[in-house]
Amino acid sequence: MIRYIVCIWMLSGPAIAQEAVAHFVSDVAIAPTDIVVRSTTDIGVLTPALDAFVGIYPDISITYEQWGSNALYADSRAACDGQIPAADAVLSSGVHQMVDLVNRACAHPYTSDITRGLSTARVWRNELWGITLEPAVIIYNSALVPAEDAPHTRFALLDLMRRAESPYRGKIATYDVEASGLGFLFAFMDSLEATTFGGLLEGFARTNAVATCCSAEIIDGVAKGEYLIAYNVLGSYLSSTPRKNIGVIHPEDYTLLLSRAYMIPQTATNKVGAAILLDFLLSPQGQDILAAGNLVQRRDDDATLLSESAQRTIPIDPKLLVAMDRHRRSRFVGQWRSTFGALPEGGFLSAP
Amino acid sequence: MPAVDQPSKLAQRSLLSRVMIGVLSLLAIGGCIVSLAAFAYGKNAARQSYDRLLVGAANDIAESINIIDGAAIADIPVSAFGLLSLALDDRIAYAVRGPDGALLTGYETALPPEGAARRQADPFYYDSTLQGEPSRFVTVVRRFSERDYSGTVSVTVGQTLRARNAMAIDLTKGALVITGLAGIALILSAYLVIRSAMRPLERMANELLARDPYDLTPMQADGPAEVAVMTDAMNRFMQRLDRQIGAMKHLISDTAHQLRTPVAAIRAQAELAIEDDTEHQPQRLERLLRRTRSLGNLLDQMLSRALVIHRTDNAPPEPVDLRDIALQVLDECDPELLAPGVEVDLIITDAPVIVMADEVSVTEAGKNMLTNALQHGKAPIRIGVSTSPLQSELWVEDAGKGPGHDILSRIGGRFERSAASQGNSAGLGLSIVHAVAEAFNGSVNMGTTETGFRVTLTLPSQNEDNT
Repeated sequence: MIRYIVCIWMLSGPAIAQEAVAHFVSDVAIAPTDIVVRSTTDIGVLTPALDAFVGIYPDISITYEQWGSNALYADSRAACDGQIPAADAVLSSGVHQMVDLVNRACAHPYTSDITRGLSTARVWRNELWGITLEPAVIIYNSALVPAEDAPHTRFALLDLMRRAESPYRGKIATYDVEASGLGFLFAFMDSLEATTFGGLLEGFARTNAVATCCSAEIIDGVAKGEYLIAYNVLGSYLSSTPRKNIGVIHPEDYTLLLSRAYMIPQTATNKVGAAILLDFLLSPQGQDILAAGNLVQRRDDDATLLSESAQRTIPIDPKLLVAMDRHRRSRFVGQWRSTFGALPEGGFLSAP
Repeated sequence: MPAVDQPSKLAQRSLLSRVMIGVLSLLAIGGCIVSLAAFAYGKNAARQSYDRLLVGAANDIAESINIIDGAAIADIPVSAFGLLSLALDDRIAYAVRGPDGALLTGYETALPPEGAARRQADPFYYDSTLQGEPSRFVTVVRRFSERDYSGTVSVTVGQTLRARNAMAIDLTKGALVITGLAGIALILSAYLVIRSAMRPLERMANELLARDPYDLTPMQADGPAEVAVMTDAMNRFMQRLDRQIGAMKHLISDTAHQLRTPVAAIRAQAELAIEDDTEHQPQRLERLLRRTRSLGNLLDQMLSRALVIHRTDNAPPEPVDLRDIALQVLDECDPELLAPGVEVDLIITDAPVIVMADEVSVTEAGKNMLTNALQHGKAPIRIGVSTSPLQSELWVEDAGKGPGHDILSRIGGRFERSAASQGNSAGLGLSIVHAVAEAFNGSVNMGTTETGFRVTLTLPSQNEDNT
């Protein structure tokens, strides 16, 4: 099979919010119908799955646009109001934003045998489906962090940060909650899951932790030794660019599991194609391909020796709407900001 | 007789099906009413329970509002949305609004009707839509009177109706399943009960079908009361049929028996008349005439007896005045013809003498009594009526001594006639009187009185007050 991938990197172009575009077409395709997928997922991560899809359905081609989660949310809101043409499918790691879009009646319902097989935590109203299952992990530079220092729980991380003369000062990184929808979601879920969150913020403040926007940036920083430890990194991004000196820890107190949410916009033009793609991604074959790319963590994975109770899937349900509340958000961000200081350059302000 | 079988079975089946249709339609109507009631109940129950969730969430949010630097800030608790997400698939809208109605946080779509929340009781429920989907909302109000903030903050929470409708349908379904099962049980038991209730009818029909067509003996009447009535009526009908068939048989056999001799005699006389010489002929012809007349009388009596028996079975008894009958008898008998020169006295009362009987039958009986007296008795002959509160009498009396004891004891039978060959027919006449007496619960008495021999037809009196 030959595939044609065209990558166009938009370097900090504020007018056009998508970061990259790729086309997936089968080599035997004759006049395929196109579906536009807008996603926060890196193209490289999803390429095997999309290649397999156009191989099976040669009459469908995919235009895959990569977006930042906040920009994608704003774009989908505008499309829902009919201001701009909608994508045919939206796949975002900003699950709370997707729940909000569904709550605003921006989604088109769809059911099939495959979607009915999903657990209730991974589907809402038959309009929003959790495609992946990815852990939020702690990574560290295994060359620079001694094995006994590697924090296997949040409590260990707290202890590490409380040391008087910490070598980790200014060397701990995490997502910026304002720049990254995903970072906000993780931090918000942390604040709900356990009381350790207040301690973590205090620790981050004490060690002058760095809040930055993007997964790739954080991973690169850890690999280069710029950061020693990064907290709440999406584990799936590690597999796309394997590095030898990065150690991965699934926190043993609890590990958040993110299910990227897939939605067919109400105003989509090719809902049928989007539904076929959804069924493919949720099918055993699609899930196998995603699992191979570390996008679906299987229960029986040897890599994660976590107990059931430590695996906390972020459920796709209306409770996530709290994360979108204006007051709650401004309180949360205010608390965050008081820890990390001003908004860094190039970050996106998100709207509820 | 398959042609007769078919409709009887059909009628029987249609009775069962008719009752079943009645039961079914009753159940159908009841089922409809129960369904409607169950749906109304289910809807109400769902509304109440989900309204509680709604107001719980609204109160949760209202509790979380704090005044910070002169502004009302809500710290929306996850538990509020946890409550709302118990309605698994329902979309949510909420709004926290300040004293001026300005949106503090939440969705613009959750907007209570203008001014209503302030007028109405707290919490205030209303129905509206969320992006075109019917929804239920509640607004609760929290009043603040802080140093730097005073006024009311309203919290509106709304939800689409999917879970409510699903619950209402669930409750309805549950009720309907139970109702349906009860209905099926009712239909089944109704069918069995009706079947068993109809069994005596079926048995009767089978018994009738199995019966010899000439068997007119009564049927067993051991079924339930309703069937016993039918069996009883049928038995009475069969008895009547039996009597009529008997009467017909008797008439035929009497006719054969009684006509054979006179007809043979007439034939003999006629033959003699033809063969004899001319001077004897007038004498022969006169005998022939007498024989013929006597045959005529005999025929009259036989037919009148048949008539009486037929009428007593078929004509319902009605009030009859015996005085009218005595007059009519005298009128129709024409004593001059039977016994020239004999006087007949009529002795009747002033007051009417009413009995329940058939006029024609009693008149026939009277005529026979008078004819007997005219033919066999001695003048003077009297016909009369007498009455008492219990019974009334029609009697005929002559001055003779009456027949001998041996004849008297045998008299009244059908073939008992003193001399059939001579054309007399007193026996047959008296048997008519007996038949009439029997038919109307009366009796016939014969006996000598001071003035002669009297034949009395006694019938129960019918007091005018009773009629």
